[in-house]
Amino acid sequence: MISIYKRPYLCTIVKKEETAPGIFDMTIISEEITRQAKPGQFLNIRCADTLSTLLRRPISICDIDKEKKEVRFVFQVKGEGTRLLANRSLGELLDVLGPLGTSFTVDNSFSRPALIGGGIGVFPLLFLANAYRSSMDVFLGFRTKEMVVLEQDFKRICPDTVIATDDGSYGVSGYVTRLLEENIKQGKNDIVYACGPEPMLKKVQSMCSAYGIPCQLSLEQRMGCGIGACLVCACKIRTPKAWEYKHVCKDGPVFWGNEVLFDE
Amino acid sequence: MNDANMKVSICGVELKNPVITASGTFGFGREYAEYYDLSRLGAICVKGLTLNPRQGNRPPRIAETPAGILNSVGLQNPGVKHFIEHEIPFLKQFDTKIIANISGNTIEEYCRMAEILYDSGVDLIEMNISCPNVKQGGVAFGTKADTVYHITQEVKKYCRQPLIVKLSPNVTDIKEMAKAAQDGGADAVSLINTLLGMAIDIYTRRPVLANNVGGLSGPAVKPIAVRMVWEVASVVDIPIIGMGGIMNGEDAIEFMLAGATAVAVGTANFIDPLACVKVVDGIRNYLLSYDIEDINSIIGKVELN
Repeated sequence: MISIYKRPYLCTIVKKEETAPGIFDMTIISEEITRQAKPGQFLNIRCADTLSTLLRRPISICDIDKEKKEVRFVFQVKGEGTRLLANRSLGELLDVLGPLGTSFTVDNSFSRPALIGGGIGVFPLLFLANAYRSSMDVFLGFRTKEMVVLEQDFKRICPDTVIATDDGSYGVSGYVTRLLEENIKQGKNDIVYACGPEPMLKKVQSMCSAYGIPCQLSLEQRMGCGIGACLVCACKIRTPKAWEYKHVCKDGPVFWGNEVLFDE
Repeated sequence: MNDANMKVSICGVELKNPVITASGTFGFGREYAEYYDLSRLGAICVKGLTLNPRQGNRPPRIAETPAGILNSVGLQNPGVKHFIEHEIPFLKQFDTKIIANISGNTIEEYCRMAEILYDSGVDLIEMNISCPNVKQGGVAFGTKADTVYHITQEVKKYCRQPLIVKLSPNVTDIKEMAKAAQDGGADAVSLINTLLGMAIDIYTRRPVLANNVGGLSGPAVKPIAVRMVWEVASVVDIPIIGMGGIMNGEDAIEFMLAGATAVAVGTANFIDPLACVKVVDGIRNYLLSYDIEDINSIIGKVELN
């Protein structure tokens, strides 16, 4: 009998690789998640069965393979939770809640989307690129050469993917937002999708607003439950008169750019 | 033994089992209703309500600490009237009891909320005089015995439903607060609210929470909570709702042995959306394993050394 209720899934870890210093590329098996997942959504993962590190860690879905029932996610070791997750072994079961949150709007009536990601923000864009598979522009920014990941994965879908590094050690030198601006100045794109650090999102938002192009931003905030109950992951969203706190886990993580109000 | 009695009574309101959701960890139940039938709960205590809507504190509002979490949500809620109009009809679909948790800036606000809730159909009112995350009100009413007595007495005048007073652990002697609540006319007390805490990011030298300080919950606080429930049970006759770090049935039993008639599950809901029903099952398994026919027979039955 199929239950009408959602539940956390126990998923076998089938792949794990450290693809850059502190960046782990992991794949789990879950028919349920591959069936439901949309680009931009995330998983809330119990890193280890321990009381010392209680909270799940929200990690965006990097890609899915429906045939193989594989769910891929990439994460950076930032603290105790992600360190525990990186230490998990192949064959072990991972307690995963999801897919959670809103997704990027995939609409084939857009003639040429631009995808822009910075640092760990590039991961969910691979799933999005796979969903489009049409002509698009992809701009990926990293701090330095050794942190560049997923380059080949993106180039398989979009051969013209542009890589930029802040220090110029690989690809184009400087911030990716400059590359996006050149593009939209020429009217090449009619929708922009962005995920990355807040300064990058702010820049994308103001640029798209200036050129009158819709954009979707994937936001990040410290989370608790991941399902909209604890209300900790607040973000400012515009209302007709002012703004209100919505929540990244349930109302987001993906918002339309013109909804989001960043603090000065 | 095939089954055990799980029913408990909180001041005349019968709960089908002693498991309640802790306020602020369960929203208004909607999110968790996607995971299980809320009728399996003894009662649902909803997100803390205020007279007018509140936006809450700036983010970050959460920090993880060893075996616990610090939060500073700051009572973000849509206001008591919105709750009555939009959330009670949803909650009424389920065969469980509803507890409205109220907070105010002034005694008058608490009284006004009790008045507004008079005909709302909620089964119990929990008066929060222990929120560590708001500047005015909240914990300001909960740390002196004479103000606990006074506010309880005033708010009780306007309550149709039994009144639970939620106590703060951030006091020198919680027994004094519990006695003051009982003397003021409280029908029950619930404890503990969160312990005031702080976490500092040593690399930025700034507190992790935008509010600088917040309330600590989770397994880290459980021994303190059990001790306080036990202390309060020794000085009051009214029922106690015990909470603080309950993760499973065994933890719930511990609180009941210390003197709690019912228990509330909070932080565990964030880790496992099915935590509350697992606590219900865990309590039942304990009763069956030890041939205990009635859960009421273990309340306060800790045998001291």
